Amino acid sequence: MSTPLLEYRNVSKSYGDKLILDNINLKLPHGKIIGLLGRNGAGKSTLIKLTNDLLAPTSGEIFVNGETVGAHSKEIIAYLPERTYLDKQLTVEQTIKFFAEFYRNFDTAKAKKLVKELNLDPSQKVSKMSKGMQEKLQLILVMSRNAELYILDEPLGGVDPATRDYILDTILSNFSEGASVIISTHLIADIERILDEVIFIDEGKIFLTGDADKLRKEHNTSIDKIFRQTFKANVNTNN
Amino acid sequence: MDFHFDDERPIYIQLVEHLELYIVTGHFPPGERLPSVRDLASIAKVNPNTMQRALTELEDKRLIITERTNGKFVTDDQEFLRKQQQQFAREKIQKFLSEMQELGISRTEIIEYLQSLKRKD
Repeated sequence: MSTPLLEYRNVSKSYGDKLILDNINLKLPHGKIIGLLGRNGAGKSTLIKLTNDLLAPTSGEIFVNGETVGAHSKEIIAYLPERTYLDKQLTVEQTIKFFAEFYRNFDTAKAKKLVKELNLDPSQKVSKMSKGMQEKLQLILVMSRNAELYILDEPLGGVDPATRDYILDTILSNFSEGASVIISTHLIADIERILDEVIFIDEGKIFLTGDADKLRKEHNTSIDKIFRQTFKANVNTNN
Repeated sequence: MDFHFDDERPIYIQLVEHLELYIVTGHFPPGERLPSVRDLASIAKVNPNTMQRALTELEDKRLIITERTNGKFVTDDQEFLRKQQQQFAREKIQKFLSEMQELGISRTEIIEYLQSLKRKD
């Protein structure tokens, strides 16, 4: 088997006595769209921050293309954080220029094309843009990098259905050949259609992983419903 | 071309059904070259991997043919396409008949209904 794009080996993370991630073992391949699905507080964002080297695991190891996560993995991974990080004083155009200087693998032509397609005004200041427009811009900046792994943390948080469709379209048509996309969300019904694989996470543990269409076939229902059923069972065993 | 999906069934199976229908009804004419996997995925608003899976299935069913360098084409075997169309018609009629049976309507009554509809046309 070829080297996984991303691998977690016995990864745990705790803050003091509180265990946030409990012995995560995963191997993620190239060329797939993967849903990291869980409720708020399940451990999704912590897992993503570990993958982006923003936090260190308490124990275990994370590998990107066979190498331990570190500064060099930032070239391979394009990360969309949950919270906005844009400089509000810059215009759309200036923001793109800033990113092009910051990232070697940034495709300015692609960014400009997407700005046009998503109907943003290049001369508008970020501070004058609505929340939905800012989210579109952030997604453009991430998807315009020629990365191998795109990690999108809650990319649909608080956008209207029309913007949601634009965002899903942009993800689908811009993930480069052979690259993978991890989409972390609790809004499963909104994105399940575009997923190849799913990872269910709850209370810091992986509950289920698998091919989305196979799971639909086996359970005869949607990923959203499988998730709700799995989670319900989990609550019951805890009682 | 319209694609709509039900999240409770595998997406690639629904894609196969949509594409089969578009092929036998001539939306994709016999012998014609299909758009690329990526373009088809973008038209249907699905993951390119899911589209690839559906196309592989259509190839297994001999509705499309891959030419190594030129891409994918709709079969030009018109006789085969016509048989597929008749097969779909049979399946739909079968489904209709079992629904009518559930309603407690006999075949004779169905024929009477159909004839009365025809007279009104």
